[in-house]
Amino acid sequence: MAKKLMKGAEAMGEAAIQAGCRLFFGYPITPQNEIPEYMSARLPQVGGTFVQAESEVAASNMIYGAAGAGERVLTSSSSPGISLMMEGLSYIAGSELPVVVINIMRAGPGLGGILPAQGDYFQATKGGGHGDYRCLVLAPWSVQEAADLVQDAFDLADYYRNPVLILGDGLIGQMMEPVEFKADRRPCKPLAPKTWASTGWKGDRPRAIINSLFLDPEALERHNQKLAAKYAAMERDEKRVAEVGTDGQYEVLVVAYGTVARVVYTALDDLRQAGVRAAMVRPVSLFPFPYEAVRRAAEKAKAVLVAELSTGQMIEDVRLAVEGRVPVHFIGRQGGMLLTPEDIAARVRELAAGEGSHA
Amino acid sequence: MAQHDVVIAGFGGQGVLLVGKMLAYAGMRENKEVSWFPSYGPEMRGGTCNCTVVISDRPVGSPVVQHPSAIIVLNLPSLDKFEPLLRSGGLLCVNTSLIHRQPRRDDVRVVAVPANDIAIELHNPRGANMVALGAYVGSTGAVSERVLEEVIQETFAGKPGLVEANLQAFRRGVAIGRGESTQEVTA
Repeated sequence: MAKKLMKGAEAMGEAAIQAGCRLFFGYPITPQNEIPEYMSARLPQVGGTFVQAESEVAASNMIYGAAGAGERVLTSSSSPGISLMMEGLSYIAGSELPVVVINIMRAGPGLGGILPAQGDYFQATKGGGHGDYRCLVLAPWSVQEAADLVQDAFDLADYYRNPVLILGDGLIGQMMEPVEFKADRRPCKPLAPKTWASTGWKGDRPRAIINSLFLDPEALERHNQKLAAKYAAMERDEKRVAEVGTDGQYEVLVVAYGTVARVVYTALDDLRQAGVRAAMVRPVSLFPFPYEAVRRAAEKAKAVLVAELSTGQMIEDVRLAVEGRVPVHFIGRQGGMLLTPEDIAARVRELAAGEGSHA
Repeated sequence: MAQHDVVIAGFGGQGVLLVGKMLAYAGMRENKEVSWFPSYGPEMRGGTCNCTVVISDRPVGSPVVQHPSAIIVLNLPSLDKFEPLLRSGGLLCVNTSLIHRQPRRDDVRVVAVPANDIAIELHNPRGANMVALGAYVGSTGAVSERVLEEVIQETFAGKPGLVEANLQAFRRGVAIGRGESTQEVTA
């Protein structure tokens, strides 16, 4: 298929349809309305169904039901709306159901603002709803990668029977770039028939019951341990990371994800021309976090700089990865303000020169 | 040049997002790396609006550009906002039909385009954005004029009457951008 120029939000919607998603339930919120808009137009064309729910809570329970029936289902929202969906997401994780949720982050807390931010990292990677569960979290840095990750997300969700969260920001949702959908794409995981799906009992198999309630503590502990084993398998098999310049020599390693990594990419270009040696590790999967890749790359640097559109969230995982071997510094903007390549380059220069070493 | 980055700015309704998309399309058709990023925010009807287009031989880094190599400004608030941000030596395409102050920068190249006047002269009053786009393309060669004309034909394929009108508007802009035409307007 030829390349098309698409908004990130629209490309993610099309990716879901290409992945076989035929159901979307959601509630409008800026800056992700182009996703439901696109799905409301496209789903009827392919025999699917779009429902604008009465609230995000309702939408999250609609995806719960659809996933329980074995369907590929999508919802999308932005930060405050995602918070409202957390009850449903916890139940979905507890019931071991595959759903894909797109969070186009805006600045918070509370209603905050509508411009890009990365303040939902903790919520996305450390649970979000109640109980002991994890979502697989993928963070694209381009429209093409957003489309690719959404398609992978459906396979990963089905394979692990677990929610997969796509964590983008207003920039990735609103920006247009060329994107290509491959006609011969194959699933990224082997997929088994959904024999667990609750599709109506005809007496020909054990009843399929979708449930997250375990009143017997021993049974619930066994369930928790089964979930933990699943998350451990994700940590073993699903880490994704991209690196720029880490095969060479460098003094400063920058760690950034999503669109901030694009800004860092430009900064690295400018720094290279100025003779300052720096590299970047870009986590693509945020859970599981690529601790080993970050540690390996950090060990070659004399300082690590974490760049985020928050007051510092992923930096905690970077510190866990680096384990005190190298000083870890932070640069961030908040409130919908963006980091510029000049901001990043200036801080890298300071660190390369051995200045500004207040961690 | 390996990379062209341009901010196109004006009132909502002047078609700045549309010509930005057309420019990005043309770049994509030339197998360049491109990105288009709109201003989005709580704006009112008639408020200001802008987009940033990057066209590059290499993967596009930041789609948001602090100091663009060119700006196309269709109204005064846009000139006030973006003139100070233009890179030294950059290109300032200014819509002199609606902007009556002189640019303040003396370290940039100015192309003065009476975009609305030309559009009105061509009986295509909404085509001022095409005139301005033409001036930019004629002046920078960021994309080829031929490819952009193809994009105009495709964009307005559903409204055949607009194809020729917008091609004319675009070509008038190109002539100004190349310095082949004076700013004289007969309308």
